[in-house]
Amino acid sequence: MTGPLSITLNINDNIIFLIYFFIGIGFGFFLERGGFGNSRKLALQFYFRDMTVFKVMFTAIVTGMIGMTFMNSFGWIDLNLIYLNPTYLWPGIAGGLIMGIGFAVGGYCPGTSVVGLATLKQDAVFYIMGSLFGMFVFGEFVPVIKNFFYSGFMGPRETIYKTTGLTIGQIGFFVIVMALLGFIGAEKAEAHFGKKEN
Amino acid sequence: MKKKRYSNPYLTGIGLGLVMLIAFWVTGLGLGASGAMMRTVVAVEKTVAPEHVNNNFYLKKYGGEGKSPFKHWLIFEILGVFAGGLISGALSGRIKKETNKGPRINNKKRWLFAFIGGGLFGFGARMARGCTSSVALCGGATLALGSWATMIAIFAGAYLTAWFARKLWI
Repeated sequence: MTGPLSITLNINDNIIFLIYFFIGIGFGFFLERGGFGNSRKLALQFYFRDMTVFKVMFTAIVTGMIGMTFMNSFGWIDLNLIYLNPTYLWPGIAGGLIMGIGFAVGGYCPGTSVVGLATLKQDAVFYIMGSLFGMFVFGEFVPVIKNFFYSGFMGPRETIYKTTGLTIGQIGFFVIVMALLGFIGAEKAEAHFGKKEN
Repeated sequence: MKKKRYSNPYLTGIGLGLVMLIAFWVTGLGLGASGAMMRTVVAVEKTVAPEHVNNNFYLKKYGGEGKSPFKHWLIFEILGVFAGGLISGALSGRIKKETNKGPRINNKKRWLFAFIGGGLFGFGARMARGCTSSVALCGGATLALGSWATMIAIFAGAYLTAWFARKLWI
């Protein structure tokens, strides 16, 4: 069956909602398994003492990327029908930098803070309250920076392979090589800087 | 129950990647997190001041007239994330009331900075139209251009801040 099934089989919203509850369980389960319920473990990424965030994230990205590319070529999924994050370059970069500062100060990101909450981490409660407040402020403030919020628009489905004129296979190969080199570097960094943690 | 070690990060990554693949295959939408929080904010604002939500172009998208902010897949997904975290935590004996922090600060300071960091992350996530789940993880796997720019910016922002925040963690 060619995916996304919600479109090709015309599944109704309520069933999708139920399916998403189970997808969420899988998501939360693996986040907790990996240690992402613990803010300090996450933050140690930024001191090169514990590279779990990088390792998990890039293994997941590479797994997803390879899986989707193969499924597409087998005819199992139509990549033209899946959600692709639109590119608004400037708010994307500015928002990313602000998120990064928030990550180093707060220790969590939104998804991991929910896992922290589920495992009774008190700091996760404060982090979530802060996130809700930050989003409230953004919602009230965004009309003032509306032009900026829509700036750097490069299309609703812009990808690295489209922009560079390369194929998805070439970019994918490059990402895999970078990830593997990154993993080697991450292991070395942990062996060196992580000593203080053991 | 004895606290178990965390799983191998590469196996965890493969697990997360497979969950993402299933999500894309079934629904075409991937994963997310911060959107569910935004919807919670809009739901509260809508209860208190529905006209205000209708008059704000951004809030209107989530909960304008006739739209229920909670009637969205992200809400059900995030409830699942909570349940999944609970299941894994329970299986590994890691459900424990505690505050994770570096050795040089006390709990109250950690809570204050958790609030501030959460605030910044929440603000930035809305500006970038998604957080680490949807943008970095899914946008990364689909090779979306803007998502890679945002992901690199997240790491850059965090590493640039790390030195100033070192007392919180190490």
